[in-house]
Amino acid sequence: MSNILLQVEDLRTSFFTRQGEVKAVDGVSFSVNEGETFGIVGESGCGKTVTGLSILRLLPEPAGMIVGGKIILDGTNLLELSKKEMRAIRGRMISMILQDPMTSLNPVYPIGDQIAESVRLHQHQPDDKVREEVISALRLLKIPAPEMRLGDYPFQMSGGMRQRVVGAIAMSCYPRLLIADEPTTALDATIQAQYLALFKEIQKTTHVAIIFITHDFGVVANMCHRVGVMYAGKIVETAKTHPYTSALIDSVPRLDRKDERLYSIEGQPPSLMNLPPGCRFFPRCSEAREVCSEQEPPEVEIGDGHSVACWKWS
Amino acid sequence: MQNTEVMTGAMVDSSMRRALIFGQMTFVIPVTVLVLLVLTAIFAPFLAPYPPTKIAMTERLLPPFFSDGGSTAHLLGTDLIGRDVLSRVIYGARVSLSVSLLVILITGSIGTVLGIIAGYLGGRTDAFLMRITDISLAFPGILIAILLATIIGPGYWTVVLAISILGWAPYARLIRGEALKLREADFAAQARIIGSSSLRIMVIHIFPNIVNPLIVMVTLSVGFVILTEAALSYLGAGIPPPTPSWGNMVSDGRNLIDTAWWICFFPGLAIGLVVLAGNFLGDWLRDKLDPRLRRL
Repeated sequence: MSNILLQVEDLRTSFFTRQGEVKAVDGVSFSVNEGETFGIVGESGCGKTVTGLSILRLLPEPAGMIVGGKIILDGTNLLELSKKEMRAIRGRMISMILQDPMTSLNPVYPIGDQIAESVRLHQHQPDDKVREEVISALRLLKIPAPEMRLGDYPFQMSGGMRQRVVGAIAMSCYPRLLIADEPTTALDATIQAQYLALFKEIQKTTHVAIIFITHDFGVVANMCHRVGVMYAGKIVETAKTHPYTSALIDSVPRLDRKDERLYSIEGQPPSLMNLPPGCRFFPRCSEAREVCSEQEPPEVEIGDGHSVACWKWS
Repeated sequence: MQNTEVMTGAMVDSSMRRALIFGQMTFVIPVTVLVLLVLTAIFAPFLAPYPPTKIAMTERLLPPFFSDGGSTAHLLGTDLIGRDVLSRVIYGARVSLSVSLLVILITGSIGTVLGIIAGYLGGRTDAFLMRITDISLAFPGILIAILLATIIGPGYWTVVLAISILGWAPYARLIRGEALKLREADFAAQARIIGSSSLRIMVIHIFPNIVNPLIVMVTLSVGFVILTEAALSYLGAGIPPPTPSWGNMVSDGRNLIDTAWWICFFPGLAIGLVVLAGNFLGDWLRDKLDPRLRRL
């Protein structure tokens, strides 16, 4: 069960801009087991999405570049593959669901054709077989009466339905790894809950590993087996105890507490072009010590599968 | 809100019917006009009452049949050297329409291909292609045409080449902008995620989404091409006489516009009809090609 499917080691991704190098992902390591959901949480601009895109090697070129590290999927380092080999991996081995279902479908094609495209790219099959695959993908995503909906255009569907279609495209070739980049932020709360439940079920039947990128701790608690907390391009903790993680959790609104104001973390994340020395969270940390401003904290294991990069624990 | 129109059922019904009829008309009329003109061009030898180049000095400057002194022998009158204007307009359709079609096919294809490549691939490819486009846009087209006419001699293919050689640049510019926008679209990202190649994304995903502006551009070009051909003819770098084209007929009649208005009026009318029909058809096609506006 817990075979390691994806191993990301010291991944470094930078954007080269006129102002200088932006270290969007700066030495991220984590692993995802088969059939497991790994959450990546953090605030806007911390490198969550870039990490996801790096795994697929779909960074916006030529500005974005993976400058170091390894991404090992099932024994092969994806960073050593040719562009053509990488295209064969995308969709078939790794797939991704984007955030906004309103824009991630091509408006000019019926949805059946868009799912079929993915099937045809990776499997050479006669048309009626492709049709069957498309219908079974729609069925996997619990789209009612899939045979009737093949000819529908995206604009004829609601946001929730469209996101299921996007899911069907992603799952059409039964990938081993699915990267879900905030797939529910554009949906309303009830649809969101349905969608998450759906993916739990899909994971049970297909045994797909999911990397769930989100900033919603409710989603994390509901979906993820393990979680990595990212801050300014680094995973600061894999599970819970870093001051940043506690601060993030404190900023989740709670029904059982009557606060005058919602808790928020003071200040702004550091500029990725000009990182502070030492721990990158120390200027905003309520538990900062002298050592924090001088040296970067090492990652230490503090429990089973639980590690933290913080001086408090070293 | 006092000004809000309250629509009764009957009003909605009648306005919808009107919209429907009008919607149909914007398709039926231009298509009829264009089909008639194309048929006219194809069957010119059977339709024209006289050979277009037949000179009859005794019958020069005859007005159209409905004016004083006009006769039904020359329905639209005759020109300075007694050639039948109707026959020349009919034969002129061959030249003017085929030049437009060819030029638009050539410039549209080159412009679209270069525009999509530049916009989608970006970076150096984009910079390189767009500088060439800039140069093409900066060149005075008429000058190039005259240059070509002096080098290879005026003629049909010289006109096609002369208008095409720079005419693709506006297409490339427009399409590049669209492709640039669509490259960042989520559906393009989605296509990359499922493993589509760049070529595939450009052809299958980007192209169908730029058909609308392309069509608008094409319909606007019809007028531009016919008018450019006229300008070239006027300068002696266009279709050489005696072959009639609407353009050179208009420029022939230019000097006589106060005495023999029919020489340039009727070919001018033909130009106007084609341009208008093209624009209306373009509008209609744009609505039809957008699935969001498609009647369910």
